[in-house]
Amino acid sequence: MPKTISQFDWLSILVYFLLVIIGWVNIYSASLDDTARSFFDLDQIYGKQMLFIILSVFLIVILLSLEAKFYERFSSIFYIISLISITGLFFFGKTINGATSWYAIGSFTFQPAEFAKVGTALALSKFISDIQTNIHSLSHQFQAFIIIALPAVIILMQPDAGSAMVYAAFFFPLYREGLSGGYLIVVVIGVLVFVFTLLFGPIWVSVGATILVALLFFLKKKRIAGLMASLSLLIVAIALSFSVDYIFENIFEQRHRDRFNIVLGKEVDNRGIGYNTNQSEIAIGSGSWFGKGWTEGTQTKGNFVPEQHTDYIFSTVGEEWGFVGSAVVIFLFIFLILRIIHLAERQKSQFNRVYGYSVAGILFLHFFVNIGMVIGIFPTVGIPLPFFSYGGSGLWGFTILLFIFLKLDSDRMSFW
Amino acid sequence: MRKILLYIIVITSGLIFLARLFYLQVMDDSFVGLSENNAIKVVYDYPQRGFIFDRNGELLVSNQPSYDVMVIPRNLKPFDTTELCNILSITTEQLVERLDKAKIYSPRLPSVVIPQLTKSEYAYLAEKMRKYEGFYIQKRSLRDYYTEHGANVLGYITEVNQRIVNENPYYLSGDLIGRQGVEGYYEELLRGVKGVKYIQKDRFNRDIGPYKEGIYDTLPKKGKDITITIDAELQKYGELLMKNKRGGIVAIEPATGEILALVTAPNYDPADLVGRKRSENFTKLWLDSISKPLFDRGLLAEYPPGSPFKTINALIALQEGVVTTQESFSCHGGYFYGRGRKMGCHAHSSPLNMIPGIAQSCNAYFANVYRRIVEKYPTPQEGVDVWANHLKSFGLGDYLGSDLSTGRPGKIPTSKYYNKIYDYPTYKWFSTATLSNAIGQGEVLMTPIQLANMTAAIANRGWFYTPHVLKEIEGNPIKEKEFTEKKITTVEPRHFEPVVEGMHQVYKSGTASALQIPGIEIAGKTGTAENFTRIDGKRVQLTDHSIFVAFAPVDNPKIALAIFVENGYWGGRYAGRIAGLMIEKYIKGEITRKDMEEWILTHSLEEEYAKPLSGEPFRINQ
Repeated sequence: MPKTISQFDWLSILVYFLLVIIGWVNIYSASLDDTARSFFDLDQIYGKQMLFIILSVFLIVILLSLEAKFYERFSSIFYIISLISITGLFFFGKTINGATSWYAIGSFTFQPAEFAKVGTALALSKFISDIQTNIHSLSHQFQAFIIIALPAVIILMQPDAGSAMVYAAFFFPLYREGLSGGYLIVVVIGVLVFVFTLLFGPIWVSVGATILVALLFFLKKKRIAGLMASLSLLIVAIALSFSVDYIFENIFEQRHRDRFNIVLGKEVDNRGIGYNTNQSEIAIGSGSWFGKGWTEGTQTKGNFVPEQHTDYIFSTVGEEWGFVGSAVVIFLFIFLILRIIHLAERQKSQFNRVYGYSVAGILFLHFFVNIGMVIGIFPTVGIPLPFFSYGGSGLWGFTILLFIFLKLDSDRMSFW
Repeated sequence: MRKILLYIIVITSGLIFLARLFYLQVMDDSFVGLSENNAIKVVYDYPQRGFIFDRNGELLVSNQPSYDVMVIPRNLKPFDTTELCNILSITTEQLVERLDKAKIYSPRLPSVVIPQLTKSEYAYLAEKMRKYEGFYIQKRSLRDYYTEHGANVLGYITEVNQRIVNENPYYLSGDLIGRQGVEGYYEELLRGVKGVKYIQKDRFNRDIGPYKEGIYDTLPKKGKDITITIDAELQKYGELLMKNKRGGIVAIEPATGEILALVTAPNYDPADLVGRKRSENFTKLWLDSISKPLFDRGLLAEYPPGSPFKTINALIALQEGVVTTQESFSCHGGYFYGRGRKMGCHAHSSPLNMIPGIAQSCNAYFANVYRRIVEKYPTPQEGVDVWANHLKSFGLGDYLGSDLSTGRPGKIPTSKYYNKIYDYPTYKWFSTATLSNAIGQGEVLMTPIQLANMTAAIANRGWFYTPHVLKEIEGNPIKEKEFTEKKITTVEPRHFEPVVEGMHQVYKSGTASALQIPGIEIAGKTGTAENFTRIDGKRVQLTDHSIFVAFAPVDNPKIALAIFVENGYWGGRYAGRIAGLMIEKYIKGEITRKDMEEWILTHSLEEEYAKPLSGEPFRINQ
């Protein structure tokens, strides 16, 4: 044990604690009312979060004390437990805000989806790092896809589209290990065609895509083989473009349509569905350079931003700490994610590297979707900001996710 | 590529977020205001407006509570329109129109729906108010008048207009502001400072306590009580005497420059401009373009001063050393000059020196004196300018700088002016071209307050204080340099005695000998000024203005005044009588010349004023 302590990446641990503490400070402000003043009042949201934070310190000690090999060896068990726990929700789950995502034990609730990510990441790492697995083989790609998709689909059925969406993060480790970038390009083009069609209509998108492909073709004359690929891609894109209308109107539900329309600026509705985003932007925008000061935010005090201590916690940062405070938080997240990628790259074991990339990808996706939503450049998708948002399941889920990796990292030399 | 893709995406996202945050928080400040508006409610606490007392401590103006129905359009909920309209006694259309107007002003800021409810309307509505979300009652204080006089001095208060709201951040739509008179000039003193409370609201628009524990809240500061220099009794008496006449009276205490009375006729009751009838009454006054009750003749009317102006020409002549008091000039029914031109004069003994010259108001005497002043200098330009500069030292030809909201400069012609009208140097002009100046006709124009101030300067024998109407603030005498520093005239004190004696003789033996007041030595000067109007584009002469200046007692002047009565035939007829009565009223407090009072109260000039409007030919001065 003494030997490995010095090998933990203390920089990441420091940033982790900074984020957790800054998060708590903002939860305190967002959930403050005039009745109680003790930081540990368990009737208060900030008191509970303080308890969660203290418990996660114990959790960290346990996580770092276990043998690194333990996580790899039992990864399949974790995965299966994860699947069982999220499946069990259909029978024993509690429905909150329309999603059956919680187990309720007394007054505490527990959200297994936050832990399923860890199980999936471990299982995927185990599968990819298996000596028999060839990432270039279609059948193995398909198996990897099943490992990821199984929990994602179960979560989607709860229904919790936000949490399910996070599983897209596993693209990053797969790509790192050699999966064709074509998948990404196809997905990105698909999304672009979809969004531009909503904005400008299928005709303009088709014309634009045709011109773009023609330009690409003439600039790179050498590859005649590329011609066929480009043309088929173009045809698919135009077909998609013309079917967007059908998908949007018939497959999407009204709330999805509303969320798209608001982010794309096609609809202004600051009272109904757009209320959250609008209030969040008002709160953040009123922060100016240095913010209004801790617990001085007028929007925060007036509870104008719904779910401010959970998904919209970043709006408190924006209002009370201003641009400077927001930039510090953004910087800390970016730093942590880049640090994890850096650590992942230095792993000798493929298992560790795939797991590291999974951690970085998951953290990034949460960060990107959550803050993008709060500052109004991404549709409303209810997922928490890692380490920051209120909630024991979320905090512990991310803590386990991160500290398993830090444990693996500290142990990277012992293979030799 | 595989190793750096995630790096690139993460860093790019971070930069996009920072840019977006920078835009939201730093560049786009529209959210700053939005935040203040939806989370903070601002509540104003209007202070009492200062009271106004007259120079003897008599309360003239205090306050009465008034209740305005206000609306914040954003907070409106559907309500029983008919019931509300019944309570407020307005029609549904009026209500809808006012709500629309309020919405245009601002959906978030309060606007007035119904101003100045009566107490009984208020009592009834206050009970029902909770049913009308978005409406509330704002208590304000309105003026309560204890006098029916001096509306022109006091001024009035009114709702601020949009221009003031835009220019001065202190005022919000629906706030009251003083206009005209003392209310206008001393607005900041009288209004005090309104208090502000910032109240933190939650998203249901409920109050959740003071914003930041109230550190930005302020208490209202009560307006300051002021004492004005007006003598309410004298003011009242002056207005009584001016009934059925048009013109102005300005009475000044020479030793201090304090305005004792400032009468304009016709006038109105200050209480007419308070309450829900206000706008109706104001419109009536505003639209009266014939008698112009809102036109303060004491301050704004520029008349030719006529004969009282001769006194000042005499002073200038003495100062310039161009005549002695003993030097006589003869008068044969007038003054002949140029190629057979004549300035007429009335019958009196001849020749006359200065004192009888003033007493008899001899035109020929002053024509000689005036020519000597101007011709003392090599060119008439220089002469006229020396003369004009002396006049300026008496506060003539420019704004007096009093603390009354309005004023006019009057007119004292200079060489520049004559050069222009006579097209110099193409054509030359000489002192005779400006000879009307000798007798206060022609190009010279003065407002009654200028004339009164000139009289005060003569009464003081060579100095004056700028006339003013504010005496004390909360019992402390004013310290404004403008009103507490002596202005010295360019005519030395030693030259004043003969002129004062001449004015005394006006009463003893001259044009006002019939107007003497027993027991008071008065110095005065009559004036009769020709005047013209235009009817259908033709210049038509009207009955002469009656003008009088006086101060008393001669040796220790307590009051100096100037009186203009439009078309009052001649100086002694109306203005002279009024002057005597005002002086007696002020010095004795009672009237012994009942005959004179009776005459003034029973004589009206309304017929005279109707003449030019009748459309028929008419005769003047009889």
